[in-house]
Amino acid sequence: MKKSPIVTVVAIGIGAALFFVLARFVAIPSPVPNTNISIQYGLLAFMAALFGPVAGLLIGLIGHALADFSFGWGIWWSWVIASAVFGALMGLAARKVRLADGEFSKKDLVGFLIAVVIAHAVSWFVIAPVLDIVIYAEPANKVFIQGLFAGVSNIVTTAIVGSLLCAAYAASKPKKGSLKEEK
Amino acid sequence: MNDPIIQFHHFSFQYHAQSEPTLHDIDLEIRKGEKVLICGPSGCGKSTLAHCINGLIPFSYKGECGGSLTIAGRESRELGIFEISRTVGTVLQDTDGQFVGLTVAEDIAFAPENDCLGEPELHERVQKAAALVGVEGRLHHAPGELSGGQKQRVSLAGILVDDVEVLLFDEPLANLDPATGKQAIELIDEIQKKTGAAVVIIEHRLEDVLHRHVDRVVLMNAGRILADVAPDELLSGGLLKENGIREPLYITALKYAGVTVSADMHPDSIEGIILREEDREKLRDWFERTPPAPPMPERPVQLDIHELRFAYDNGHEALRDLSLSIRAGELSAVVGTNGAGKSTLCKLICGFEKQQSGTIELAGCDWASLSIKERADHVGYVMQNPNQMISQTMIFDEVALGLRTRGVGEEEIRRRVEETLKICGLWPFRNWPVSALSFGQKKRVTIAAILALEPEIIILDEPTAGQDYRHYTEIMEFLLALNRRGITVLMVTHDMHLMLEYARRAIVLSDSRLIADAPCAGILTDGEIIRRASLKETSLYTLAQRCGIDDGRAFVQRFIDYERREVRG
Amino acid sequence: MRPVFNYIDRSSPIHCLAGATKLVCLLLWSFAAMLTYDTRLLILLSVLSVALFRLSRIRLGDVSFMIGFTAVIMALNNLLVFLFAPQHGVTLYGTSHVIANLGGRWVITKEQLFYHLNLILKYLATIPIVLLFVCTTQPSEFAASLNRIGVKYSIAYSVALALRYIPDIQQEYHEISQAQQARGIEMSKKESLGKRLKAASAILIPLILSSMDRIETISNAMELRGFGKHKRRSWYMARPFRTADFLSMAVCALLLAAALLLNHLNGSRFWNPFV
Repeated sequence: MKKSPIVTVVAIGIGAALFFVLARFVAIPSPVPNTNISIQYGLLAFMAALFGPVAGLLIGLIGHALADFSFGWGIWWSWVIASAVFGALMGLAARKVRLADGEFSKKDLVGFLIAVVIAHAVSWFVIAPVLDIVIYAEPANKVFIQGLFAGVSNIVTTAIVGSLLCAAYAASKPKKGSLKEEK
Repeated sequence: MNDPIIQFHHFSFQYHAQSEPTLHDIDLEIRKGEKVLICGPSGCGKSTLAHCINGLIPFSYKGECGGSLTIAGRESRELGIFEISRTVGTVLQDTDGQFVGLTVAEDIAFAPENDCLGEPELHERVQKAAALVGVEGRLHHAPGELSGGQKQRVSLAGILVDDVEVLLFDEPLANLDPATGKQAIELIDEIQKKTGAAVVIIEHRLEDVLHRHVDRVVLMNAGRILADVAPDELLSGGLLKENGIREPLYITALKYAGVTVSADMHPDSIEGIILREEDREKLRDWFERTPPAPPMPERPVQLDIHELRFAYDNGHEALRDLSLSIRAGELSAVVGTNGAGKSTLCKLICGFEKQQSGTIELAGCDWASLSIKERADHVGYVMQNPNQMISQTMIFDEVALGLRTRGVGEEEIRRRVEETLKICGLWPFRNWPVSALSFGQKKRVTIAAILALEPEIIILDEPTAGQDYRHYTEIMEFLLALNRRGITVLMVTHDMHLMLEYARRAIVLSDSRLIADAPCAGILTDGEIIRRASLKETSLYTLAQRCGIDDGRAFVQRFIDYERREVRG
Repeated sequence: MRPVFNYIDRSSPIHCLAGATKLVCLLLWSFAAMLTYDTRLLILLSVLSVALFRLSRIRLGDVSFMIGFTAVIMALNNLLVFLFAPQHGVTLYGTSHVIANLGGRWVITKEQLFYHLNLILKYLATIPIVLLFVCTTQPSEFAASLNRIGVKYSIAYSVALALRYIPDIQQEYHEISQAQQARGIEMSKKESLGKRLKAASAILIPLILSSMDRIETISNAMELRGFGKHKRRSWYMARPFRTADFLSMAVCALLLAAALLLNHLNGSRFWNPFV
């Protein structure tokens, strides 16, 4: 894919729309009753790896903010910011991965998975709860447990969905090689 | 009229990622006020040529340019893409991609907004451009509320809002129903007369573009220009067929009848073509001589649809009292405008939506209680765009997916997938990744993935959309072969040629109702149905009338039978 | 489908305000409600927000879904707070007036109940304003407003693009998921979690790949129509500010100032009636 500032603008817009649709309309029941699994972070990790940290940050920010809006409770800033930070961190971590050229090696995958764990840990074990306390003065106990739960479930889903997306995208780029027709 | 506004001189281009140039030694001039059609099969370089004209090459897609290309007298690579866009306005094939505004007015205003144009001029210019293409009554509509044809009009208005000198249309007919496509060609003609701009149309549907006068046709293949002549001249030669472009049907019919088509007959339109009495005589003779096909044996009813009614949550009634029987082993086309209920019908059959009333029965069994998955064992559904269906990296896995989710054993899966791959002509590629395939081959993979489940019926949404004549023929011959193996085929399509050539029967929907269900020749010669369902009369019918053949319908039928028997064997 | 914005066309003083004004007011208002735990101010904000909601002529029926949803979330949040921090109120206000003992740490105190009252007031102070914004602002105006309050126009346009393509992408998701269901892909509870995620990917992968094509087409279209040509751009939907706009923004700024001032005077974000 070509790279230009306009592509980034469009990728942010479409990425945020995808994030919104997945957050808002895709319900995968989780093992915990009455809760759903957020697969939008798998998408966000992939988009950030492909389009960079700025795109990752803004897709997380806009996508999450629009989703909050549509539920009607306004914007829960602490979690929106955590999503944005996650996108930015994933973009930074994947700077060296040449996903756009169709490369996603075993080494890239391992790096990607480590980045997912760290970025989610930073976002949900630190940023979201700390901001919950600072901005909303919520009890520490509650917000850290919430963060822990969200973080762990996001790590699992992002690791699976995000790496499947990266691998599928890399595989979709035609490669020059020695494919031969067989009889 | 005389100044060339676009001038290619020994121009060549090679994408950085590719090992061969895509364009070779292009010499082409486009003058002010001219209307030029550029045609050629897929991969011939016509889209690349269009990218060169609007500046996406070399500014967005990087590569090596050779020779020279001047736009309004200046070398293109010394201009920027923004400067070029002041001269050349482009209407893209994908009207949804081009429609970036949230409403019609905002989309038309997009370019002047980027020029920082302020009030009240902005509103004035939008109003004027909207009036030019006839969307002034819909300024506050969202794209979701517009039809494909209306979106295209908005795209055009978004270009006309600036005074450009060249209007470039990239496959303007690709996503339109026949009647709307005809209107689009008329609109382009009208706009050109009003604005005096040069018009360049990239399109492989020659007959449809020639509905209005075109000054020149440029035929491309393998990155080179093979012909750059008046349409009359091109139509009288054999170059079109050799290069995978379908010639207008009336010309094909004349050739079958033994008439030699020459440029001085002005064959570029069915209304204008000069036919001498002896030519007409030949056609009449051919009609008398050619035997009709024997009637099809009556087959048992397979799918019986009775008084189906469906309305969406918002109250929009998408189907009303639709009754229909599909017989085993049929190949039929479902046609009608967008929103007439075609896709709703398919969704109800597949179980994606549930009807409010009415029944669907397969071989006498009521389907009401069957799930999507259970129905899929009998009816396969193939989406228009193969990229929307493929989720696996390897071809084998993609075809095996449905079997795996059904818990079939690996041994059995291997047997069925391999057999399917053989039937679909994908055997040589069985160990390839999907990404190595062409668009048409991917389409085959999606069909194979459905066939592996061994359905009795397959439903295809626009099976040939976006395909040139050669690939189109390949896909359709393949479907025909499947049909001969006993699989019932139902195609949703806008393509009148496709319907005429391949379908035995047309199911015509209009305004949520079934308005006709008859052999295709009958449908495409019936003015009333054509009008109501936004179809287009076949030029064969006009030809028959012009040659004094009273029974135009029989003539069309004879032509279809002849092609099926003699040409395609 | 319910888009992000749920514009309801009625004539009211709120509808007449410029989009940028409403955005600024929303931000100031929600920051005020977010920052203060002063019950007196929260009551004032709640009363005002309900009054403004009435003024906008939006009916409860128009937004019943969102209200219901938010009510559930609010209840859940309060429940979680009580479960995990039943003594939070005591810690905050420094006194303990026990009302009932539920066993273990779960002692109901006046302080805790007062804290919960504040939490609920916060919702009451914000939700009507958010609903007001969502129902009286045209989505088209939103991007122009963002640019007006200083967000870079390229980012403002990203937001506009997101709003533009959400319905298209939602529809595409729906179609892909139906076609994959026919092939036996299921996300229901019957399957294991790993299988469910794999199933989700079978729908996501085609959706993402076709979205990548979409990104390319749209960026070509925008580039060909001069997006990014200048440092700024104008907006068809922009509306000029009038007296009412300035007045509204000033009132909201005052409310935020009041919140900050009270925080300063109280010595903390909490107003403490217990000492």
